[in-house]
Amino acid sequence: MRADGADAAVDAKAEVRASVAPGVRFGGVSFVWRPWIAGVTLLLAVAGFLVFCLSIGVGDFPIALPRVVATVLGGGEQVDRFVIMDLRMPRALAGLVVGVALGVSGALTQSIARNPLASPDVLGITSGAGAVAVFLVTVSGGAATAVVDSVGLSAAALAGGLGTGLLVYFMAWRRGIDGFRLILIGISVNAVMQALTTWLLVTADIRDVARAQAWLVGSLDNRSWEEVHVALWSTLALLVVVACVAFQFKPLHFGDEVAAGLGVRFGAVRAALLLCAVLLAGVAVSAAGPVPFVALVAPQVAMRLARCPTPPLVASGLVGALLLTGSDLVARTALPVTLPVGVVTAAIGGPFLVYLLVRANRR
Amino acid sequence: MVVQSITGTGTGVDGASRLAARGVTVGYGARSVIDGLDVSIPPGVITTVIGPNGCGKSTLLRTLSRLLKPTGGSVVLDGEDIAALKTRDVARKLGLLPQAPVAPEGLTVSDLVARGRHPHQSWLRQWSSDDAEVVERALAMTGVSDLADRPVDSLSGGQRQRVWISMTLAQGTDLLLLDEPTTYLDLAHAVDVLDLVDDLHESGRTVVMVLHDLNLATRYSDNLVVMREGAILAQGHPRDVITADLLHEAFGLRAKVIDDPVGDRPLIVPIGRTHAELHQSTPELLK
Repeated sequence: MRADGADAAVDAKAEVRASVAPGVRFGGVSFVWRPWIAGVTLLLAVAGFLVFCLSIGVGDFPIALPRVVATVLGGGEQVDRFVIMDLRMPRALAGLVVGVALGVSGALTQSIARNPLASPDVLGITSGAGAVAVFLVTVSGGAATAVVDSVGLSAAALAGGLGTGLLVYFMAWRRGIDGFRLILIGISVNAVMQALTTWLLVTADIRDVARAQAWLVGSLDNRSWEEVHVALWSTLALLVVVACVAFQFKPLHFGDEVAAGLGVRFGAVRAALLLCAVLLAGVAVSAAGPVPFVALVAPQVAMRLARCPTPPLVASGLVGALLLTGSDLVARTALPVTLPVGVVTAAIGGPFLVYLLVRANRR
Repeated sequence: MVVQSITGTGTGVDGASRLAARGVTVGYGARSVIDGLDVSIPPGVITTVIGPNGCGKSTLLRTLSRLLKPTGGSVVLDGEDIAALKTRDVARKLGLLPQAPVAPEGLTVSDLVARGRHPHQSWLRQWSSDDAEVVERALAMTGVSDLADRPVDSLSGGQRQRVWISMTLAQGTDLLLLDEPTTYLDLAHAVDVLDLVDDLHESGRTVVMVLHDLNLATRYSDNLVVMREGAILAQGHPRDVITADLLHEAFGLRAKVIDDPVGDRPLIVPIGRTHAELHQSTPELLK
């Protein structure tokens, strides 16, 4: 329906064609075409794959990159297949999956809080998972040992992360979610969880402490295919949910009221995505320990590379994977002693956080 | 689905109100701000809600737009209870611009205005040719086509407000609810934005807005709703509604109402304390 009379004046003005984003359309499917973001995302994917293959090639039995690529893509020689698929793949794949999960999780929490500081680490989700894991490792005896034996440390850590995430969400809830309130409560809960972890470590048996501490730094050592399968499939399932809901989330970058005006049930959409973010972080922590800073840094790096005003989900996941896999590679090769991956991500992430804060202060 | 042009569906002034509040009670928590209020929004004209701070103007607008759920009574949109409609269906009929909205840093004007198409899009259909056309027209109509590639945060307050109105326009509704569209703007930019609102009204839209400036409200609206303490004190054409007595009753403001030298509306001249003394000592100066 067109009110043609009234349109005449508007049409005259509309001759000045505004530069509206071009679209890609086939049939009923259409989306905005943004070549820069598409290009950056593709490059990140290629770089991630290459670092992944490099990481597989490095070790006591070095394998050249072309042979790794051939084997990963399904070809390769028998010897290479054994070393790569059976021995090294679980570790490398765990790095990718954990990196993607942390990157996407951080992009979601930062978008929801509309604040770059709101990563799962800052909101206490990671340390909540860590505290539960350390509790189960250090408190020996009936119930705790039984729990670890039956569901595994990873599942218990996941539950801890989920519980802490929900706790922060409900405490921050006051007729809606305010970013600053969410962060302040997250920081407080984070501090409590870390204090709890320290207390457990100080009072525990020395052998348990060593085991707990190794887990707490975050590491990809000694991953089994079983562990990787669990992390891989749960991450993929969560990413499907995120992809379905993400479209409805777009207007939430403008605040609740504008989103509501644009027909979004913001409460439900935000709760669903926050739950996904908490679960993704929980899966990552349960697979590799609380690897620090990836979830905070990856979305911010992705934003700057893709030149987006808000964290781009796909690129954030890819930067997360690249950062984690790259850090693991550096940790194993470039340094005189082999370090857990968490130490390297912290060494890169820490300065970057300082840079973000300084930049925010000067604005 | 019928694709609405951004100039609306041509709903004329046929007398039937499309949006009305019936016995609405609404508040925050246990405190009710509005108690049993009735109002009908006449179609095709600009309705402005005025009243002192905290009288429930914004609350009324937020209730009419379904942002707030009334605890009693109902809001009726096109003959249906708005609470029973889907959020998305409401967004296809009614555009809402909240007070002082904030865009993410670095977001461009065209991307912000494009988001106005959200209620018409789906997961698979995120950017149809209709969307592109409507957004272009919304940009042109609000005079921000030249700014399309600029980040919203680099614009002046007046330009920014035009851009937000442009987004609401891209939504393609012929009912627009604007909550204090001139907040933080100097008088020249406020007049500029209200001229734009006037253009929207001229092209057939129904506008409901909340304004603080009484003279601008009088100048730009055909229907004034004067509120005090959550109730409607008076409603009608500014010429019929604005009197010195009403201003005193609604705002506790002593003012003189004279003829607007450049329009056919009343003009409010407030009398402050010192000037009131002058008024009393030499009344002929103000007559």
